[in-house]
Amino acid sequence: MSNTPPVAAQGYWTARKRREALLFLAFAAPNILLIAIFTYRPLLANLNYSTLDWTLGAEEATRVGFRNYAEFFTSGDAPVVLRTTAVFTLATVGGSMLLGLLVAVALNLKVRGAPVARAAVFAPYVLSGVGVGLVWLFIFDPVYGALAALLRAIGLASPQWINNPDLALLMVIIVYVWKNLGYCAVVYLAGMQAVPKDLMEAAAVDGAGPMRRFWSITLPLLSPSSFFLLITTLLSSLQAFDILRIMVPSGRGVGTLIYEAYLQAFSTYNRAGYSAAISVVLFVFLLLATIVQIRFVERKVHYA
Amino acid sequence: MSASPTSTIARRGNSPAETSRRPARPDHREPEHRAQSGHRGHRLATRILGGYLPLLLAMLIVSLPLLWMVLSSFKSPSEIITTTLSVWPRDPSWENYAEAARSVPFARFFANSVLVTVVGATIKTLLSILTAYALVFIRFPFKNVIFILILVALMVPPQVAVLPNYALIASLGGLNTYWGIIVPGLGTAFGTFLLRQHFSTLPKSMFEAAEIDGAGHWQRLWRMAVPISTPSIATVALVTIVNEWNDYLWPLIITDKPSMMTLPVGLTLLTNTDSGSQNWGVLMAGSVIVILPILIVFTFLQRYVVAGLTQGSVTG
Repeated sequence: MSNTPPVAAQGYWTARKRREALLFLAFAAPNILLIAIFTYRPLLANLNYSTLDWTLGAEEATRVGFRNYAEFFTSGDAPVVLRTTAVFTLATVGGSMLLGLLVAVALNLKVRGAPVARAAVFAPYVLSGVGVGLVWLFIFDPVYGALAALLRAIGLASPQWINNPDLALLMVIIVYVWKNLGYCAVVYLAGMQAVPKDLMEAAAVDGAGPMRRFWSITLPLLSPSSFFLLITTLLSSLQAFDILRIMVPSGRGVGTLIYEAYLQAFSTYNRAGYSAAISVVLFVFLLLATIVQIRFVERKVHYA
Repeated sequence: MSASPTSTIARRGNSPAETSRRPARPDHREPEHRAQSGHRGHRLATRILGGYLPLLLAMLIVSLPLLWMVLSSFKSPSEIITTTLSVWPRDPSWENYAEAARSVPFARFFANSVLVTVVGATIKTLLSILTAYALVFIRFPFKNVIFILILVALMVPPQVAVLPNYALIASLGGLNTYWGIIVPGLGTAFGTFLLRQHFSTLPKSMFEAAEIDGAGHWQRLWRMAVPISTPSIATVALVTIVNEWNDYLWPLIITDKPSMMTLPVGLTLLTNTDSGSQNWGVLMAGSVIVILPILIVFTFLQRYVVAGLTQGSVTG
């Protein structure tokens, strides 16, 4: 601190400093310890587990070095899991951002009831993924589902969503986009409302129509919102679990990294070491996305 | 859902995320709307086509599945297990809810979820208030390092920590216990970060004046920092409540006794029982029970929830 105390008061000040430090620990230590034990320790533990041939629940484990990683990348698991993860992530991120942008344009039109619509569109984002997944599973049911009934009405047969791995993946992507588009819409809407009005008015005076103004002014000025959404939805898609698990319990077709890690450790195989290796791979991807995000936040802070 | 809570709350807003997002400018209609009265008919048409129609479409896409869930939960099995689609339940009854409670301990799931959410969210909110206050107002040598470590923890997804935490909690005898469900999630980086950002915007001079008047940190925390920060604390509390209530992966692996399961895990059990396999009415009743409480909370307090969940989107 800037104010240096007079020499005579030094004893008083160090005692005070010590008391402050103890108080700091009393306030912050519980939270810091919990974060250390349940957030930081697992990162190191995963690295350790990933070198073990270890059945979950067993007392003993054999150290196998990098064999779990080697198995993941050479057994044919990796191409399938990584492809599923990539398709799921890109489709959900792209889909919810694009639809979110369209909804944000509609919400930005300042018609009556827009605040209610904004709340309604955002709502699915906060709802239980398990509940939402079950509702959509019913809708997608090939015999009794609402979608099947609609398809029948126009003379089409409902596809077998669950039994076909590709369609199962498409199904969870649709549900996930439905759940997330409101979040994207609200973030985009905030970005749109920050676009200076006089800029739009000046462009209108210069003869730019609504479409031209959107493409040349709004969209470029939304790039911080787009980047923010890209990173946050990317991170959340890589961690998506509840909808996948409740809609496709077998994991067939929807085995992303996180789901595969879960299935390997907690489903039939109990292969904890192998699961930890997949978790480490997932963590590396998340880390890369996070590093990009931190750099982005830094840049924003400098500009602010 | 009604328009009034939304708009009144939105105008009262003063949480950092919300105010920074809203341009400080009255929400006036542009004068040109009234001036060009000659094009009124044309304007009305574009207004409906370009304004209301997309909004209506978006709202339908979002709300129809939820409406379908509620309607189906009151239908009889014969109306569900049919290929002819009927919208309204012919003879609405609570039978699906009763059946859900008969086949699995549903009331117990609900009680477990309430307990885990209330205890977990209360402790997490308290911890984040205390940590944030300490980080901003109490002198300590490595404060910035600690803050950065908390910030980094914000980026570590709980999912990759599941296996090691399971091994630890299981070895401590925490399987199928409330503490086993609650404790690993208690460390809170999100709430600490949000409140720390908020506390550092509070006027330092006010706290120094209180210090000179002899108020200790404890008093300054509860008599000053907390009362003037209620919107931010409400944001943290509500986001925490939503996350605790919806949490799935951790309770799923740490419980296998039905008596200890939370609602989302219990619903999984319901899909496995014989009565649930094709009985969509019962599953929709279960979905209503897990979705409705958060939907109600969100309807009345959505400003805080939205602000908390989209925080960071408009930092620049």
